[in-house]
Amino acid sequence: MKTMKTLLDPCCGRCTHTPETPCRDYVRCQTEGPLCHDDPACRMERERLLRELKTEVGSQKQAVLFCTGTGCASSGSNKLIEIMDAEIKKAGLDVSVSTRPTGCHGFCEQGPIVIIEPAKTFYTRVKAEDIPEIVAKDLVGGERVEHLLYVDPTTGQAATTYANAPFYAKQHRIVLHNCGHINPERIEDYFAQDGYRGFAHALQDMKPDEVIEEVKRSGLRGRGGAGFPTGLKWGLCRQSAGDKKYIICNADEGDPGAFMDRSVLEGDPHSVLEGMMIAAYAIGADEGYIYCRAEYPLAIKRLEIAIKQAEEVGLLGDNILASGFNFRIYIKAGAGAFVCGEETALIASIEGKRGMPKVRPPFPAQQGLWGKPTNNNNVETYSNVPHIFRHGADWYAGFGTEKSKGTKIFALTGKVNNTGLVEVPMGMSLREIIFDIGGGILGGKKFKAVQIGGPSGGCLPESLLDLPVDYDTLVQAGAMVGSGGLVVLDETTCMVDIARYFLNFTQKESCGKCTPCREGTKRMLEILVRITNGEGKEEDIETLEKLAGVVKSTSLCGLGQTAPNPVLATLKYFRHEYEAHIRDKQCPAHACSALLTYTIDEEKCKKCGLCAKNCPVKCITGDKNTPYRIDASACIKCGTCMEKCKFGAVVRA
Amino acid sequence: MCELCQDLIDPKETKLAEVLAGYAGRKGALIPVLQKAQEIYGYLPADVLRRIGRGLKIPVARVYGVATFYAQFRLTPMGQNVLRVCLGTACHVRGGAKVLETIEQELGVKDGGTTEDQRFTLEIVACIGACGLAPTMMINDQVYGRLAPDKVAGILAQYE
Amino acid sequence: MEWLTLTIDGRTVSVPKGTTVLQACRMNNIPIPTLCHDPELTATGSCRLCIVDIEGMRNLPPSCVTQATQGMVVRTQTEKVRDARKTILELLVANHPLDCMTCQKMGSCDLAKYAYEYQVTGEAFAGGERRHLPIDDSNPFILRDPNKCILCGKCIRACEEVQGRGVLDFSHRGFNTQVGPAFDLPYAESECVFCGSCVSVCPVGALTEKQMAGQGRPWEVKKVQTTCPFCGTGCNFDLNVKDGKVIGVTSNPEAPVNGRALCVKGRFGMDMIHSPNRLTTPLIKKDGEFVEASWDEALSLVAEKLGEIKAQYGADSIAALSSARCTNEENYLMQKFMRAVIGSNNVDHCART
Repeated sequence: MKTMKTLLDPCCGRCTHTPETPCRDYVRCQTEGPLCHDDPACRMERERLLRELKTEVGSQKQAVLFCTGTGCASSGSNKLIEIMDAEIKKAGLDVSVSTRPTGCHGFCEQGPIVIIEPAKTFYTRVKAEDIPEIVAKDLVGGERVEHLLYVDPTTGQAATTYANAPFYAKQHRIVLHNCGHINPERIEDYFAQDGYRGFAHALQDMKPDEVIEEVKRSGLRGRGGAGFPTGLKWGLCRQSAGDKKYIICNADEGDPGAFMDRSVLEGDPHSVLEGMMIAAYAIGADEGYIYCRAEYPLAIKRLEIAIKQAEEVGLLGDNILASGFNFRIYIKAGAGAFVCGEETALIASIEGKRGMPKVRPPFPAQQGLWGKPTNNNNVETYSNVPHIFRHGADWYAGFGTEKSKGTKIFALTGKVNNTGLVEVPMGMSLREIIFDIGGGILGGKKFKAVQIGGPSGGCLPESLLDLPVDYDTLVQAGAMVGSGGLVVLDETTCMVDIARYFLNFTQKESCGKCTPCREGTKRMLEILVRITNGEGKEEDIETLEKLAGVVKSTSLCGLGQTAPNPVLATLKYFRHEYEAHIRDKQCPAHACSALLTYTIDEEKCKKCGLCAKNCPVKCITGDKNTPYRIDASACIKCGTCMEKCKFGAVVRA
Repeated sequence: MCELCQDLIDPKETKLAEVLAGYAGRKGALIPVLQKAQEIYGYLPADVLRRIGRGLKIPVARVYGVATFYAQFRLTPMGQNVLRVCLGTACHVRGGAKVLETIEQELGVKDGGTTEDQRFTLEIVACIGACGLAPTMMINDQVYGRLAPDKVAGILAQYE
Repeated sequence: MEWLTLTIDGRTVSVPKGTTVLQACRMNNIPIPTLCHDPELTATGSCRLCIVDIEGMRNLPPSCVTQATQGMVVRTQTEKVRDARKTILELLVANHPLDCMTCQKMGSCDLAKYAYEYQVTGEAFAGGERRHLPIDDSNPFILRDPNKCILCGKCIRACEEVQGRGVLDFSHRGFNTQVGPAFDLPYAESECVFCGSCVSVCPVGALTEKQMAGQGRPWEVKKVQTTCPFCGTGCNFDLNVKDGKVIGVTSNPEAPVNGRALCVKGRFGMDMIHSPNRLTTPLIKKDGEFVEASWDEALSLVAEKLGEIKAQYGADSIAALSSARCTNEENYLMQKFMRAVIGSNNVDHCART
């Protein structure tokens, strides 16, 4: 008998599965097979291969996992794999140790990340010169390389495994479960984690209406922004009359400060395909499109590989698993327009038009892509779906709050110690996310606010840190879950400047179709720029509020309707900062350069002249006998003098 | 065709013709064709846009409308290397603007500009999704993270 | 037909199913301001001026693209609605030149009409950035001032949907959005054939008839509906007459054959009316030279000659060639004259070949 090289090979001549002659038990056979015949030899082969893929506790083999997500790859992780392979060979370990490129762990800050399985040892910021030490000390000697372990900045303790690093300890990873652990470029790794079992179950044991009912029961809501119930959305599309229907996966993750979709696409692309396949079956669609940002070349590459593999094993194509269900998936690379995250604009873009939103109704579920009923969800939503069908709707609904079920991935960034992707059950408080998982504020500074939900969201102050994070609570507080960006701001961040930052973004990304968004965001931005430049007028706040109200209530699409949120939220919670800029011509955070003045404290100044030497506009005069002075009229407020002074003699006010 | 004439044919034009033929009659072809054309020519010259319009039977005004709508499309020649500085939220609050300022000074160009020696085209982008490494930038497909103004010159020097 | 009953500003009205809220209002003489709406073109809902308040809806939906439903309660003049409309007008005016005194559109400008109604002075957002684009003076027919454009997109839709040309489209995006031919070229360098449909739908002074510039204001002009003399299609339009002089042509939406559509000749080819080269009296060739004559003199001569020919060579030696540019009445008279007076069936016209 021929031995199997990979899990995808037939165990013996009795296996007849091909895409042309599909076997209905193909997916289950991967982890429980063989099913069509009873042969201990075949079973042993499968079990052997499965053990290799899973490297669980107790397995003979060790695996060295290298994160090859965009973050770690940029710090050179692909090179590290080559070095490790060579070192393993040199040490004669190539039988018992394998290397595995994986997707993102979400802790990009600490990259490149290396994990040793099955011990779960967690090495961070690994450099090429550390590799021989890992081989000698850990792989051969069985000891941890202490200086590569992650040290928690608040407790000073080293985490022995990733599971006990505080960053991971409070997370609950459902969608990110495979990210960082499986090789995203191999479908057999996904099979080994019960991949496609949810799809096979839905396809073979449930009617489309039952699938929709199950999604409704799970309480899953769209993870892309507004939180529309996913089951309801699928049901509407199923009910729409039409001989042809489409599925779209929105992978145009454009919110500045959010990268969870990128990580899922790069780290576990098959989970997205599986979710789309379940949706297609439920709705009655036979074609799917993934609209992915062109800025994510690695995600596109991995999706292409995943689609090809799924086609090769007959999970995409005609008569999938002998069920009569046909489905194909195509990738469309976006061309760079944030507004294409809006579903009607996205559809226009797939159709080859300018990405300008259309008036709804008709909704895409009625008339979408090429006028046909179309269901659109984002990456994270789809990748939740397989878990619902693997473990059941009740299991899924066990996570989260009454109206927001399951987990949500947040991109925790900004002035926080641990930045990265965080998956937590809905309803966890902001305080827990920022201080327990995020490890508190960078550099011991004081927390000021957290910006949630990107350009459509808002900034919440310290007094709201105990709010549970779910769809409805955040909207009430003037923010939104949105795509899940959580940007932590400290005392040195100016809230007017943050509002200006987001308005600048939405104003640039406005498609220009409707008047309030095109002209209104421009005027709002002009006012905010004026205020941060110290030229604000007393009536500016009132004008901002009026404009914000009109842009919000009269814009055509979600981009315009939510564009004023960052302004409204900062006006609500940080109005005093606006007033300080306008009335006192001061920026309380000392961030708006136009409102700063630099002076030299004569008592502290040692007359070293370093400030004058480095000043780019030469506006500092003085010498050994004359005190150094800054000519305020010429000063460009770049702050170089303050950075260069070793005696703290330059004072900013 | 004689050998002499063969030399007169622009290989880029042949490639574009192949792309157009491959997409003939297909729905939603305009954006992928523009993307492929930009790969071939490095940017989208007016004549190429006209040919695409004829090839796909789309009014050239619409081709131009689409080409000017999306940030990815360039209607003027680009430098050999495209440097994208991220000013996403995470990069913004972690000093991305200072990094950008340094790059602007080093290269002597602003957003959308190309250096005189054609080495770099500078673009400001909203987010490249590497927020954990903020502030970041991308040169061609390579991401650089944890930037600081004093690291910029060294990185730029690596590119011809 | 299924009918729906809804309440608009407290009035109960009935409209057929499939009616938009805007149509329902207009059917019942309830005024709603619109800039991008045109009953003959696809609705895009982009100017947002026609917003109304509808019970149960979160924002202020645009009436032009909102379907009326049974029991809907609509308010068109609440303070919130009027304030929002005023702000939208202020935003448009803040990016629009205020040279109304010399603007050809004054008196028929929709933006000015609503600015007046909502008392928008142009002071709001003063000092902000404005568009500064070159004026397209490239051709003898259409004057295009993109700075006056409010991006309603009606010209694009007229070119595409009515004329089937697609010469115009939006380009760039956001605040920098423009409307025009490919590559932002002037009309003369584009594929435009100057039918002027874009001009006929423009609600502001962005697209105007060049030959009418400075010639007369809408209220000084008498509109005379007539049939185009250029070909046999029979298009109707309005001659714009001031002080007994034709200063230009505008579309007449009621024209039975063509609606607002016209070709370059019909819309812009009126200069021959007052051309000094035009013949105003009959000419009779005497001694090899054309000499002015009176109508009586000329007609007598023609009658005499025709009589002579008929007597000498017979009626069939005479044929008449008429013109498709003449009216039906004129052509009828011509053939009647030939058959009844001359006695010949030799009748033909220029457009037959």
